[in-house]
Amino acid sequence: MHEERYINSEIIPILEERDVVICRQACREWARRIGFNLVDQTRITTAASELARNIHEYAGAGEVIIQEVEDETRRGIKITFQDQGPGLDDVEEAMKEGYTSHKGMGMGLPGSKKLMDEFYIQSEPEKGTSVTIYKWLPI
Amino acid sequence: MVKKRPSLASRRESVIQRIPILKIRNYLIIPIQIDLDDLSAAQLQKDILQKIDKTGAQGVIIDVSVVEMIDSYLGRILGETARMAALMDAKVVLCGMQPAVAITLVELGLSLEGVHSALNLEGAITMMENILGE
Repeated sequence: MHEERYINSEIIPILEERDVVICRQACREWARRIGFNLVDQTRITTAASELARNIHEYAGAGEVIIQEVEDETRRGIKITFQDQGPGLDDVEEAMKEGYTSHKGMGMGLPGSKKLMDEFYIQSEPEKGTSVTIYKWLPI
Repeated sequence: MVKKRPSLASRRESVIQRIPILKIRNYLIIPIQIDLDDLSAAQLQKDILQKIDKTGAQGVIIDVSVVEMIDSYLGRILGETARMAALMDAKVVLCGMQPAVAITLVELGLSLEGVHSALNLEGAITMMENILGE
């Protein structure tokens, strides 16, 4: 990964259904303030909604860290979704389109990856899952 | 992901928001004007089907012009609702989707196949009246 600096950040706890909405609204507000156009704001909001829902659905609780980030050349948004839930047995399998979940259409993880510039996932069974996404402002 | 833990949410009182369903002639108009959480979206689906059953409406117009985001869950609910309504002999027209929402929906991999759509409410009403042969 890159050398990065954080300008601002916010932590949103995910404890109940409604927090998924609170989280995606906060992500939109951050994206707007950082200067993303409407389409990118919508991509970021949608990816955040998918990933915050995963926390609620699979781990029950967790947190989302929204950061305004910059490196040597760029500025953007970094959002981390972490939980201490059951974790994933097979990350590669979960990244495939159509990976079943009872609620979505199996596009939560691969879908949010497509909407963002960078996507990192770490998961360990019984330990939890952490997903980090980035979107950079066009230079 | 292995199994679901009992979530905190199941022990708390969740507030489900209800969307008004308007009936005009023989179809329904549903303006979605809030940011729907999953429970409220599922409730809306139930409400629409019940209203079709109760009123015998032959069409449903869902206005999403102020909806700022459709993710895989809401997309699935909308697509399902259209298919369920079809089984009850009612046509669904989706209208007013914002360009950014349409772009994101397609990039996400959702197509909402089989759902009629119109640019705005006026177009949806014209389309609906054509479909219903008025």
